[in-house]
Amino acid sequence: MTTHADRLTKEAPVEGVKARRSLGARLAEGVSGGLLRVFLIVVGLFWLVPTIGLLLSSLRPPREMAASGWWEVFSKPSQLTFESYDKLLQNSDITNSLVNTVLITVPATALVVVIGALAGYAFAWMEFPGRDWWFLGVVGLLVVPVQVALIPIAELFGKLGLFGSIFGVVLFHTGFGLPFAVFLLRNFFAEIPKELLEAARLDGAGELRLFARVVMPLGAPAIASLGIFQFLWVWNDMLIALVFSDSGSQPITVALQTQVRQFGNNIDVLAPGAFISMVIPLAVFFLFQRQFVSGVMAGAVK
Amino acid sequence: MASANAAGGTPPPAASKSRKSVTGTRKSVAALFLLPALVLLGALVVYPIGYSVVRSFYDQSGDGFAGFDNYEALFTDEGIRTALKNNVIWVVFAPTVATALGLIFAVLTERVRWGTAFKLVVFMPMAISMLAAGIIFRLVYDQDPDKGVANAVWVGVHDTFAEASAFPKAHPGRDSPLVAQGGSFVTKATVSTGDTVTLPLVGVAPEQMPGDAKRAVPPQAEPGKITGTTWQDFTRGKGVGTLGAPDASEVGYPGMKIEAVRDGKVVESTKAADDGTFTLSEKADGAQLRLPASNFKEPYNGLDWLGPSLVTPAIIGSYIWMWAGFAMVLIAAGLAGMPRELLEAARVDGANEWQVFRRVTVPLLAPVLAVVAVTLMINVLKVFDLVFIIAPGSSQDDANVLALELYRKGFSEDQPGIASAISVFLLLLVIPVMWFNVRRLKREVRR
Repeated sequence: MTTHADRLTKEAPVEGVKARRSLGARLAEGVSGGLLRVFLIVVGLFWLVPTIGLLLSSLRPPREMAASGWWEVFSKPSQLTFESYDKLLQNSDITNSLVNTVLITVPATALVVVIGALAGYAFAWMEFPGRDWWFLGVVGLLVVPVQVALIPIAELFGKLGLFGSIFGVVLFHTGFGLPFAVFLLRNFFAEIPKELLEAARLDGAGELRLFARVVMPLGAPAIASLGIFQFLWVWNDMLIALVFSDSGSQPITVALQTQVRQFGNNIDVLAPGAFISMVIPLAVFFLFQRQFVSGVMAGAVK
Repeated sequence: MASANAAGGTPPPAASKSRKSVTGTRKSVAALFLLPALVLLGALVVYPIGYSVVRSFYDQSGDGFAGFDNYEALFTDEGIRTALKNNVIWVVFAPTVATALGLIFAVLTERVRWGTAFKLVVFMPMAISMLAAGIIFRLVYDQDPDKGVANAVWVGVHDTFAEASAFPKAHPGRDSPLVAQGGSFVTKATVSTGDTVTLPLVGVAPEQMPGDAKRAVPPQAEPGKITGTTWQDFTRGKGVGTLGAPDASEVGYPGMKIEAVRDGKVVESTKAADDGTFTLSEKADGAQLRLPASNFKEPYNGLDWLGPSLVTPAIIGSYIWMWAGFAMVLIAAGLAGMPRELLEAARVDGANEWQVFRRVTVPLLAPVLAVVAVTLMINVLKVFDLVFIIAPGSSQDDANVLALELYRKGFSEDQPGIASAISVFLLLLVIPVMWFNVRRLKREVRR
């Protein structure tokens, strides 16, 4: 940078440049100094404050919540308490729905990974008529909005007796997770060096063995990205569960949603509930940032 | 699949030699690997598309053929029209603002050492559910400036420029020399030089009294001047204190504005001291004293963020909070892959930072910006949770969007025909993107 700056001062007719400096130019230069830092800090606060507000709200007793804003905590830190969390975790509706969230998310993630990997492998390394057309067909399904399927699948599940069951919700998530899974994994598997697969084949490995012992381990980075992406997607879903689950199988998002209509009176349920529902996604996010980002980037088409 | 065929008239690409099956698999094995995925996709994604298309041409009970009636409802039904209008607002503003912010953040974070920490903060909302984000922003947008941070900040900014009134609820008590006139209070009698005046009021809550208020002092007569005191004439407890005279426990109204009015004109004005005393010159001789309304106006309460007119922009704000990080990360990746020599060359040629940004960075990033904006547009078309959670019942009709209307029509109003038409409409809107994806991939598959 400095070398270029030096050369600039030597070569450029400084006065002429200065006279023609536009507002944009002056802004851009101001931005490189202290102004830039201040701006980014303010923006950062803008992004942090809402979440901090939720956290602090969840840690205040309900009577204080009704009287004043969460920022009062800074002047009266003694009011911080786990009261709302205690009460919430004794509420069986909430604890059951947390269990349901796990019961929905884990199978829906595992199924998408396994079924997507099987198909991704077939699309990448097997020969059958119309292979690439089938694959393009799957890719075409990437952007289909879930809304299209709500009514038809609700009727289908009604006939099959799956409506209101955890299995139904899992199935729907699996179906809509697959296009992305197949797309991501097929592209990743296709990059595996052919020699590795051939060597394993010479050692007498069958197709299933090859898949389990060579392709899956080599595909681990992509599988991790997919798994995290799908996990968060399902964990955070509200709409699908809202349609297909009932009061016994509803996940935490749906359980909290029923409380929102009386917003204000039950902030002691909503704030800690929302925060509990965020803890796992945030932990996953901070622990697996890199995989999450690459999943998001690959999923930019979704 | 139809779109795949539409993508080009060429025959299916022959399986490329480089990825020929290493195992010489029988087709039946390939079928077994594919079967679970294809069955699920067929039953859960492809079948519903066909079903929705067919269903959209039948009436609400599903028995009678309805032609295009359901589609007509898209443009005649009041609720759907609002939803359509809002969706247009969403699609125009949310992706543009999120992409622009993402671009700004991505470029600026490159210049500070803690750029990664900043990115983490902005990207974090991507990980949480729209429900949680919705609850977070219900709190942010709370109308009461004492509870909602948006209005707390807004009122703070507002009051910095427009002075807040100090005594919103003050009013004359029993046997007061003052009478209400509009929002102000005026003395019944006129004053003349050498007089002392008392202007007692009641009704300001003790915790709302300005911090600099001091013990009220009775006015001392001064020749050629009018002196007076304005104070809170109220002492807690029964029968304590004298009405109409400052007592030991009573405090003045510091900063209270006092105007002398003669023949409808303000001839002099002053402000009370910390102990409530004030002095007027002989100009005020024969005038009535007025405590103008500006002393008592209700405090500014901020904006009604979730009211009918602001609810959609407010929810779009929360969406941008969630998705600007997505745009930022994708654009930052694009920036990282940009040939640095070009930027340096431009700088060597004497371009300033702004010119480099405008003429080099943005054009080079154009493809990434397009992908980000298109992705966000698709995403915005489907927005449901945020509107469902943030818009209170009273303004949900005003905040309506297609995905929400589809849910209502399909699951609470029992109009599956219209709901299906909405879903087909949404699908039609994403078909260009579907086609684009397939095209792009077809080139890669052939390689």
